[in-house]
Amino acid sequence: MSVIQIEQLSRRFGAKAALDGADLTVPRGVVFGLMGENGAGKTTLIRHVLGLYRAQEGRVRVFDQDPVADPAAVLARIGYLAEERSLPQWMTVDQILAYTRAFYPAWDQAFALELCETFELDRKRTLKAMSKGQNVRVALVLALAHRPELLLLDEPSSGLDPVVRRDILQAVIRTVAEEGRTVLFSSHLLDEVEQVADHVAMIDQGQVILSEPIDRIQDEHHVFQLIFDAPPSQAPQLPGMLSCDGDGRHWTALCCRPLEELRRATTEMGARLVDPRVPSLEQVFFARRGA
Amino acid sequence: MQLHISPKDGVPIYRQIMRQVKYLVTSGGLLPGEQLPPVRKLAQQLVVNPNTVARAYRELETLGVLVSRRGAGVFVADGVNPLARHEQRKILAERLDQLLSEARQMQIGLEELIELARERDALLPNPRLPDPKNQTPQDEP
Repeated sequence: MSVIQIEQLSRRFGAKAALDGADLTVPRGVVFGLMGENGAGKTTLIRHVLGLYRAQEGRVRVFDQDPVADPAAVLARIGYLAEERSLPQWMTVDQILAYTRAFYPAWDQAFALELCETFELDRKRTLKAMSKGQNVRVALVLALAHRPELLLLDEPSSGLDPVVRRDILQAVIRTVAEEGRTVLFSSHLLDEVEQVADHVAMIDQGQVILSEPIDRIQDEHHVFQLIFDAPPSQAPQLPGMLSCDGDGRHWTALCCRPLEELRRATTEMGARLVDPRVPSLEQVFFARRGA
Repeated sequence: MQLHISPKDGVPIYRQIMRQVKYLVTSGGLLPGEQLPPVRKLAQQLVVNPNTVARAYRELETLGVLVSRRGAGVFVADGVNPLARHEQRKILAERLDQLLSEARQMQIGLEELIELARERDALLPNPRLPDPKNQTPQDEP
């Protein structure tokens, strides 16, 4: 069963289409990485899941419910870490815990305190007196302490040092590993997505251009060298080809087809297929976007 | 068990895990019958998705490197691993490829490189074990 189901979602801000017929299904129990450049539509999509935007066109369902129709019921089951972090700076950690706790019937105070300890947060200090990284850790405690079924993280790593990033990623892994919950996080750091996600969607210009389990993406895509005996008269064409660069006798191609089929096609073209590798998500993303 | 994952390596993470576990098994860093950390624990330690670790374990089981015993955990396969020699050679071949291409760039010929390998080998502190494939008296230290 899916936790999030989005069908043909479109959203305009003035003349600009932030989302343009986006489809997305997030299965239960996965770490789902939403990747795309800044302005691709990731945050707009997440805000629809939270019920902060009403769908102009299309349909959004979270836990089979409309998040706009019954926001309290949906939000009680979601933990959210926003990209822009604006905790009330005058509060102490203890105060913001008490304040946030009031909104969540399922709040687990023992767990909240355990997380504070893990992150070495001084609960008597005000947020103003703490570093940016510590502020993010507080926000993370607030997002996790009611043990949400769905954890939503919007660009959790942007502008943070590696130590805080690791804390966040560790919390993500712990959330799924220990509790079988679902995590959806957006990031433009593709190696980070590759590290913790098991399912990936690529968003470009308001559309979802690929959504698959990460191991299937890695199994189906190949990047390799093409070496010709003599320079071909035009750029080589192969089945499932998403990108091809080069000149003269040497070309680099990225294709989405079984390797045996590609080997056959290459031989027929009078070329050799050399050094096939599994492309990184970044390579797949840029090839898909250009294709 | 200490593994190191590098997300920028260009090799899928499950394959990085597989390669390092194989290396530990073939080099004696993991012994036959030794238990591996549970999937979830290793995932948290490496900060990678649990499914990625599960896939690496699964494929290593298919290769006969690991065995999983229901309820007990995942262990290094008992007895001589049929892949061991092959894997050992593969690991060395990868290292040699790097070395050979460096030597080529420095325009150091193969004979000179082999000569250098012999010299270095003679300097290593521990005596060399007899080569099981090519056992002759003069190979003895």
